[in-house]
Amino acid sequence: MSSLSKRKPAPNMDLFIKGIWEENPVFIMLLGMCPVLAVTNSAINAVAMGVATTFVLVCSSILISLLRHAIPKQVRIATYIIIIATFVTMVDYLIQAISLDLYNALGAFIQLIVVNCVILGRAESFASRHPVIPSVISAFGVGAGFTLALICLGSVREILGAGRLLGLPLFGDNFEPWVIMVLPPGGFLVLGCWLLLFAWLKQRRKPATHHLGEQADAH
Amino acid sequence: MPTDSLGFIFLNALLINNFVLALFLGICPFLGVSAKLQTAFSMGLATTFVMVISSLCAFFINQLLVAYDIEFLRLIAYIAVIASAVQLVEMTMKRFSPALFRALGIFLPLITTNCAILGLALFQTFGDYNFTQSLAYSLGAGGGFIIAIVLMAGLRQKLELAEVPAIAEGAAMTLMIAAILSMIFMGFAGMGGGG
Repeated sequence: MSSLSKRKPAPNMDLFIKGIWEENPVFIMLLGMCPVLAVTNSAINAVAMGVATTFVLVCSSILISLLRHAIPKQVRIATYIIIIATFVTMVDYLIQAISLDLYNALGAFIQLIVVNCVILGRAESFASRHPVIPSVISAFGVGAGFTLALICLGSVREILGAGRLLGLPLFGDNFEPWVIMVLPPGGFLVLGCWLLLFAWLKQRRKPATHHLGEQADAH
Repeated sequence: MPTDSLGFIFLNALLINNFVLALFLGICPFLGVSAKLQTAFSMGLATTFVMVISSLCAFFINQLLVAYDIEFLRLIAYIAVIASAVQLVEMTMKRFSPALFRALGIFLPLITTNCAILGLALFQTFGDYNFTQSLAYSLGAGGGFIIAIVLMAGLRQKLELAEVPAIAEGAAMTLMIAAILSMIFMGFAGMGGGG
């Protein structure tokens, strides 16, 4: 694998970056919103959810990519879901064994990874059509993008809603937490603000490139 | 009202713990199919129908799994049942209302991956509901989904007439509305005696 990645590093790296940035599942594609909003009331939950989802994503991508010629086309979606459900059951028992507190904090949302559209979308649009190595790289990229988005939301909500980050107090005693941020409305609000920020950045970049284009024309 | 009475379970799923606005389940269709009031309502009905069927099936399957001591297969069994129920709805709708079938488009098969349905099946299992309680819970959850998606569609149709800043158009605006709706639904939390 290392020789392969040395021979053509560019496309593989591109696949990875694409998942994080250009095709970020949360901020750009708006996929898998349910866990994004539900478990991001603290940064540690967000990280755990991101890692669990990435694990399922990578494992199911490997298996689906290996079996892509064996799965009949008509029942492919059902097969993918069964494969994903198997790995989610594994993660469910694994988290229960590692940390019961974390398991209780995430609640049913670990089992609900099964119906995360990010995973099924990746299986259908990528893993079922590509060999194992690109599938794994792409799955890692999308998983990293998903985790990053969860952390973005989780840390903002924890800082504003509880005055802490990863459990450490950030402000003095005089800080009055914005409790609304850790409650359901805060999830919608913070995600809306992140989307606004990205839209604003995009809009700002557009006139700039236009301007550069004009300069080039003038020369 | 005792917390295990049918009325309480129904109201709880309908308003207090509304699946979309308080538990964040079923956000994808909530954001994706809420542009038109008519389609939103049909989507709500289709989802409720699948919810009731899969909730009842899940109840019997769970009895079976517990009887044979193979609960670790629960997730796989539930998702298989939901996928078949969606297939059933799809075929019925294609036969009796092709126009609606086209309007719902890709979102119809996607009911399978609507977390509200799997979530419902899992929550009723965790809550140890009996048969009638499961029925009340699934009807409440379906009703709550319809309320949320219809409210959202109505607001979005009105918003078409309003002037929205260019950067806030689309998903950002929709999420802000959802935040306000969710805040309104927090008001129901006081119902049922400080529950």
